[in-house]
Amino acid sequence: MDRALWPEGVERCSLGKFLLWLGFVGVILAAGLYEFFMILVPDGLARTALDNYFGFGLWITFDLAVIALGAGAFFTGLLKYILDIKELEKIVNLTVIVGFICYSGAMLVLALDVGQPLRSWFGYWHANVHSMLTEVMFCITCYLCVLAIEFLPNILENRKLNEIPYLHNLAHNMHVVMPLIAGLGAFLSTFHQGSLGGMYGVLFARPYILRDGFFIWPWTFFLFVLSAVASGPCFSVLVVKIMELLTGKQLVDYKVKALMCKIAGTMLCLYLFFKFADTWAWATDVLPRSGLTWDQMFNSDLGYGEWLLWVEIGLCGVLPAILLMVPRFRNTPALLYTAAILNCTGVTINRYVFTVQALAIPVMPFDQWYNYVPNWAEWAPSIGVLAYGALLLSLSYRYLPVFPQEIELNYRKQAPAAPAAPVEEPKEAEEATATA
Amino acid sequence: MSAFKEFPIRWGMVIDIDKCTGCGACTVACNKENNIAPQPQQLERIAGKGFPTRFKKLEWLTVYELSNGVQGSGHDTAYLPRPCMQCGMPSCVSVCPATATDKNENGGIVSQIYPRCFGCRYCMASCPYHARVFNWDQPVYPDGMEKQLTPNVSVRSRGVVEKCNFCHHRWMYAKDAARVAGEDPNALPEDAYIPACAEACPTGAIYFGDVKNPEHKVYELIHSPYTFRLLERLGTDPQVYYMSKREWVRRQGDNYLENEAGPVAHGNGGLHG
Ligand code: SF4
Ligand code: SF4
Repeated sequence: MDRALWPEGVERCSLGKFLLWLGFVGVILAAGLYEFFMILVPDGLARTALDNYFGFGLWITFDLAVIALGAGAFFTGLLKYILDIKELEKIVNLTVIVGFICYSGAMLVLALDVGQPLRSWFGYWHANVHSMLTEVMFCITCYLCVLAIEFLPNILENRKLNEIPYLHNLAHNMHVVMPLIAGLGAFLSTFHQGSLGGMYGVLFARPYILRDGFFIWPWTFFLFVLSAVASGPCFSVLVVKIMELLTGKQLVDYKVKALMCKIAGTMLCLYLFFKFADTWAWATDVLPRSGLTWDQMFNSDLGYGEWLLWVEIGLCGVLPAILLMVPRFRNTPALLYTAAILNCTGVTINRYVFTVQALAIPVMPFDQWYNYVPNWAEWAPSIGVLAYGALLLSLSYRYLPVFPQEIELNYRKQAPAAPAAPVEEPKEAEEATATA
Repeated sequence: MSAFKEFPIRWGMVIDIDKCTGCGACTVACNKENNIAPQPQQLERIAGKGFPTRFKKLEWLTVYELSNGVQGSGHDTAYLPRPCMQCGMPSCVSVCPATATDKNENGGIVSQIYPRCFGCRYCMASCPYHARVFNWDQPVYPDGMEKQLTPNVSVRSRGVVEKCNFCHHRWMYAKDAARVAGEDPNALPEDAYIPACAEACPTGAIYFGDVKNPEHKVYELIHSPYTFRLLERLGTDPQVYYMSKREWVRRQGDNYLENEAGPVAHGNGGLHG
């Protein structure tokens, strides 16, 4: 029924089936929205398991993690538009959508997480230039705008919208300025990824996360940027894989996925080098200076054991780095996807310990360890944001030409029956790139 | 990290741990003076709706119980009241994105502007003393309590962070009184301005005054070899000092490890002794 809106030459499931899927996603989204409303209006944050000890919890972990995983957008954009790695045009649309979802989702959760959402703009109006959070707020807002601008041409390429000459030309012209936008995005994104790390590294009275650094930037600034670019591309690849499993179609050539993962692997190696150096410097300098020991930083009984660190940098760091860097492993799909999952898990653990473990550790000598377990009021909006992402991805996949390779990879054999459509599509994509 | 600011007056509190019996009068006086809604009602309300209440209590001054860790007859305890330390290098100020908290006034009291705070709780994450609390719920005052609220202390709404400010309004009263009496409001005599906790303490364990003014008792007290500050080596430079003749209490003040030398005898005045 909605065939006229599909990208040219592709096949999609029936509208009924699609609506059923949307209904499923919608139910999860509704649960999230319900909690969202209950927190924003009648109950406030009293509803959550957050407290005066754990002012930061699941939501901040979730935000930091999705923002790191959304780094595929700026990094792929940078590589494609600025460094001109042509191959990446086959996945760049998706990375932009994933980035947009991650950032807008994080902003939604942030709006929920602050006590007075209607005053959030005070961060811009009464900006404290010393606060890393101020920088994060400015950069994230600007970067979300950049992502929206990057997403727009893709929306305008919807078959029906593209028939309107004005929109067609607009989309075309936006492609022309895309390298500039990508450059701006890369700049903003690097800074706020770093500032998110900096937010923790500057907490000089929290020795677990305190880091010395370079000028005003603690080492965590650089570590967060590196870990984000090391995991973001892997996450984009995983999203493609999940979409392929759900749709039963091949959407991106394996070669492109392997390239993305190779780039991520290279970044991961670089990150790990600094992460090991950083951990060593922290253990031998920051901790003794604060009168604390390595053992005091961990508590296995409450789930904050040393194992978390080894899982993060060993199982989810060194192992995926090897799997992603050795061509034989990388070219084995099962190993590549395993490595991508481990890599993304590693960055999530990293964001978790920086957020939660940092607060669980008693700094005052007579204080105690406390455990934090998020409750449903926190889980529901987080899962709701995932459903929001699924919704946006589903709509984009069905109605927008997200994957330039889809026709070539799936319909070539039937092509003789309708030669015009399948051939035209890649041509257009090529043209767009050429002009870009 | 925000730069250190020096002021001609530095309001300081010296708490004699050996005198403190842990009675909690200071906490009660603080809650009352600063219009903190009665906790049982507030927590019951939260619990009544089925929400978790752990550490959702609002309290600016908490009394901690310390132990020397010895079993049996050698066991010893001490009580440590903990208001906001009004740090000279406050870890909370530089992080606040909205400049809702600042250390910019003579006296060195770290301020908190409630109508500007939007409740991001970054300052809570940065303060190692847990001196900041969040308003998880709208305060509800029992009928009739409105007649007893302190007029010059604003009540706080849901969703903002609050903390001890050394009963700043009392300083304003004291300055006004000095002006009326034709005296210098910037050279207040001893006890012209003291916070509610210091006034209420039945054992006189809390001393308050300008640590830079030799005429104030605190000036002398902070130079005692028995005086120390909490977590001094983190570099927050607190304006709250503690005293104890017990070595183990002083050692506990700053994460001293077993094999480390004891606290510096004059680890008190810091930058400003
Ligand atoms: S004790 Fe905490 S809240 Fe008070 S000034 Fe120091 S860092 Fe800030
Ligand atoms: S909670 Fe309020 S005072 Fe604290 S950092 Fe955020 S805006 Fe500033």
